[in-house]
Amino acid sequence: MGVMFSLLAVIVMIILASAGAGLIGWQYLFAVVLPYLAMATFLIGVAYRVVKWARSAVPFRIPTTCGQQKSHSWIKNNPLESPHNVWGVLGRMAMEVLFFRSLFRNTRVKVTEGPRVLYSPDKWLWAMGLAFHWSFLIIFLRHFKYFAEPVPAWVTMLQELDGFFQVGLPIILATNIVIVVSVTFLLVRRLVDPKLRYISLPADYFPLFLLLGIVLSGILMRYFTKTDLVGIKALGTGLLSFNPVVPEGVSLVFFVHLFLVSVLLAYFPFSKLMHFAGVFMSPTRNLANNNRIRRHVNPWNYPVKVHTYEEYEDEFRELMKTAGLPVEKEQ
Amino acid sequence: MARVQFQPRQTGWMDPAVEFRKGTWNYAAVPDTLKYLDLPNPRRWSPPDEDWHLPDNWQEIIYEGLRDRLKKYRSLQIFMDICVRCGACADKCHYFIGSGDPKNMPVLRAELLRSVYRENFTAFGKVLGKIGGGRKLSRQLIKEWFFYFFQCTECRRCSVFCPYGIDTAEITMMGRELLNSLGVSIEWVNTPLANCYRTGNHLGIQPHGFADSIQFAVDELEEITGVRVNTPINRKGAEVLFVAPSADYFASPHYYTLLGYLLLFHATGIDYTWSSYASEGGNFGLFHSSEMMKRLNSKIYMEAKRLGVKFIIGGECGHMWRVLHQYMDTMNGPADFLEVPVSPITGTRFENARSTKMIHISEFTSDLIYHSKLRLDPSRNDHWRTTYHDSCNPARAMGLLEEPRYIIKNVCRNFVEMPENTIREQTFCCGSGSGLGTDENMEMRLRGGLPRANAVKYVKEHNDVNILLCMCAIDKATLPPLLQYWVPDVEVGGVHEMVGNALILDGEPVRKTDLRGTPYPEVVEVGKEGAHA
Ligand code: SF4
Ligand code: SF4
Repeated sequence: MGVMFSLLAVIVMIILASAGAGLIGWQYLFAVVLPYLAMATFLIGVAYRVVKWARSAVPFRIPTTCGQQKSHSWIKNNPLESPHNVWGVLGRMAMEVLFFRSLFRNTRVKVTEGPRVLYSPDKWLWAMGLAFHWSFLIIFLRHFKYFAEPVPAWVTMLQELDGFFQVGLPIILATNIVIVVSVTFLLVRRLVDPKLRYISLPADYFPLFLLLGIVLSGILMRYFTKTDLVGIKALGTGLLSFNPVVPEGVSLVFFVHLFLVSVLLAYFPFSKLMHFAGVFMSPTRNLANNNRIRRHVNPWNYPVKVHTYEEYEDEFRELMKTAGLPVEKEQ
Repeated sequence: MARVQFQPRQTGWMDPAVEFRKGTWNYAAVPDTLKYLDLPNPRRWSPPDEDWHLPDNWQEIIYEGLRDRLKKYRSLQIFMDICVRCGACADKCHYFIGSGDPKNMPVLRAELLRSVYRENFTAFGKVLGKIGGGRKLSRQLIKEWFFYFFQCTECRRCSVFCPYGIDTAEITMMGRELLNSLGVSIEWVNTPLANCYRTGNHLGIQPHGFADSIQFAVDELEEITGVRVNTPINRKGAEVLFVAPSADYFASPHYYTLLGYLLLFHATGIDYTWSSYASEGGNFGLFHSSEMMKRLNSKIYMEAKRLGVKFIIGGECGHMWRVLHQYMDTMNGPADFLEVPVSPITGTRFENARSTKMIHISEFTSDLIYHSKLRLDPSRNDHWRTTYHDSCNPARAMGLLEEPRYIIKNVCRNFVEMPENTIREQTFCCGSGSGLGTDENMEMRLRGGLPRANAVKYVKEHNDVNILLCMCAIDKATLPPLLQYWVPDVEVGGVHEMVGNALILDGEPVRKTDLRGTPYPEVVEVGKEGAHA
């Protein structure tokens, strides 16, 4: 149900953009108004969510330790998996964010007759997840060429690196292929693995279809249809300098592409996609395992009812005396 | 039970449904203990009942409680928001592996709470309802919460694999807190709580009983080793307060670990004391609420202060150390009336406990061994072929991995590791932690313990292992029946039991048995016997 719903939602959006910008001719709406609105929603939404997270307290240090603690000088501790200071934490976070360290550990379990429990390494999710995120980032950065004049040198460099293999004309960019493959993998994985299908919600399929829509429309523009790059760039720089003009004759595919991107931006802060910011704030990963070394303060710590020694002795004094245990008061 | 199916049900997980089949759930908390602890909504009810007699405003209580905790715990807020349902955690939970029940996938355990959060606290859930992943809070859903939050041992294995470190144990803790506020909890958490609160230990043994059983151990040790050890209790002015899980002095095989501690303290001549007031390290509050955890834990610092000790050593207990390491100082510190622990024997200053002033006994012992302060005869453990079970909490909440191994390798000559995916941070729970180690729950315990037992079976078959060592009182209580079922003939023991066996004491006669009273093969006496024959 979730799959169909999400697929339908994306198709409806494509139709909407084609009809809106094409048939009806509301190009200004789709090229200027909606992107601005989407961008604003994105920025305000993300900021709102992050501030909301930041305002909830971190009462206790609860890092999950995945390696040896710092104890004796002669036992080698694991500063990355069980960091005891800021440097370790930074290292650990970098490994998580840049290389998906925790996912790399992934295993698959099988229970066979006996029963016997078997484990095998399972790096597919890690590899495809990493491939997707990196290519997404590179593609995102490459798009700066549509917004900046002159095009910064690093963007050109990135693009050249991406097209390193010099295949096709226009040159096929590696990331374009990687992203299609990886998103498709993530989608198919959800559909074939019964466990995954069981836990998946519309909110899991929808971003994948949306991304596929964005990527495919982008590819369509780059390799298959004639697109007025100069016009697009004029729009891009115009949007960025708050001086937007809708260029004439930009293809419909572009409007679809831009609309889907706008939807993604607006959808972002309401969804699980916020994991991109949340990962930095996860207390099991971003705290140092120095609970016994340094004192930490819980902002809402409050006194609780305790059973004091005096109450305890009052209740058990006679028994303690017969057992020969020292007491504070004789009576 | 031998067949585990991983095929999820055909219907989705959104419709709450639980079947209270015998052997898979725990008895409800009895009203008296709740009253003793001033906990809300005490009443008689039972999980399979149709009507749980929830208080009238139960929904408000839950919403209010959830709202409050979202502000108090960033962990909860973040974990509610950023799960991408990638499923990396799904097959990491021993309960899922052993039962095949899809709702035992950590991600779905979290969704139990998350769906209610979405429905009521997020824009999408409010507008889109089910499509937005939200679920109505219903009485049926409360039943589901109860069933699955008491089918999580808070072992944190799932959090090791999650790309965002989402810790389902944390969610279980919040879920249980919310349930507690409705008076929905289990007997084997609340009665031990009340007992610990009143007497200091979970069985409710009173001070003289505690003194007796330590005395009993002293007598027995004299029989085994010929040496009489000194065991001060509640002694003011001692240098060190020692706190152990109370099971160590009442239950077996924990008891042999106790004998080990006593010998170790005797051999080192350390100036220490037990306390009858703080006679329980194991903190059942961890399985209940942060408030209960704090109420119980407070005794340790209060007692250290009263007795005027310099620092504290803690025994072999898993969740006790989760609390001591991650919560104690924050909840009940600062411990500025204590000094940074310095080993009186080696002079080592334990910088890693600079603030809490409390060290783990394996840190203490490994330091002694490293500085050659113990005379050890590892051959006295030759009848044991050992492997080591990283107890979940010390492993995944402290990173205490090498110290116990170092000790074991120095006191035993036969040691093998279990397969790689089942040890250290990837260790598997005994299946009965967090207050689930009762008999009414036996089927779930055996299912949940399958992955652990299976790894033991592997080293039993390949390396002839005959004892599984561990450092947690719950392990020592619940692993024996587990192994009995899945891997018969493997015993369970503590690390300091092995230390006790190997320790050479001044002036001791030749030991004829190990601490369990098992006679050694008569190697030393072959000559004499031979003379007779
Ligand atoms: S591994 Fe983490 S993000 Fe993935 S489903 Fe589990 S809890 Fe969610
Ligand atoms: S904490 Fe342990 S028992 Fe609970 S869901 Fe995670 S793996 Fe399962």
